[in-house]
Amino acid sequence: MRVEHSLGPGRLTVYLAGELDHHSASDAVREMDSLIDRMEEKTVILDMSGVTFMDSSGIALVLGRYNILKRRGAELSITGAPDFVRHIFSLCGLERLIRIGGMAHENAVK
Amino acid sequence: MKTRLNEMKLKFPSLSVNEGFARGAVAAFAAQLDPTVGELCDIKTAVSEAVTNAIVHAYPDRVGEITLRCAAGELHTLEITVSDRGRGIGDIKRAREPLFTTSTDGERSGMGFTVMESLCDDVRVSSAPGRGTRVRLIKKLEPRRYGG
Repeated sequence: MRVEHSLGPGRLTVYLAGELDHHSASDAVREMDSLIDRMEEKTVILDMSGVTFMDSSGIALVLGRYNILKRRGAELSITGAPDFVRHIFSLCGLERLIRIGGMAHENAVK
Repeated sequence: MKTRLNEMKLKFPSLSVNEGFARGAVAAFAAQLDPTVGELCDIKTAVSEAVTNAIVHAYPDRVGEITLRCAAGELHTLEITVSDRGRGIGDIKRAREPLFTTSTDGERSGMGFTVMESLCDDVRVSSAPGRGTRVRLIKKLEPRRYGG
């Protein structure tokens, strides 16, 4: 799994690409937490358009980062989530907690 | 499953790197049933959950053996069994509840069985504490070219 990031005005965008499972999640979590630790921005956008596989490890990754950011008074939203990713998130009602944008351009988090 | 047209069995150690190997192997086996892209994605995800459970929960402090069996049957049915000889599950009903996890590091969601149930036609779990767990996943594929 690849983790890349870019900084925009007031926001950190994190791009995840590849397969997100229990094996790859620990490295991705470490890299994301290190970025979050150093950031001053109040918004994190998680771009999942490059994710090619995800199981429930993705729920734990997102919920864990959501809780860390909430404690810091920052927000998390998701963009570019493929349909299979949205399905997994919907099973625990994650969309009620976090804004989740899909692959379609008009649904993307602006 | 009445008639098995083809089957395979794999044994591998409970190393997390084998999560990707296991779902890839099942996807390659399932190809003969001519699944859609969506069905293949469902199968890979369900297998990943079952194998991850065995790695994380069956053998929490040692590397043990995981057995993966696949059978392709009539009526476009794929049967996948993931079994281990690990710790076992004391209360299966509770383990299957959404968001239930025994993990304490905050990096497991407790959604593994819920994901398997949402992606498969049937999920059966049998377990004996101290002796191991067997998870049986049934996926019925939409008839396409396979078998007419």
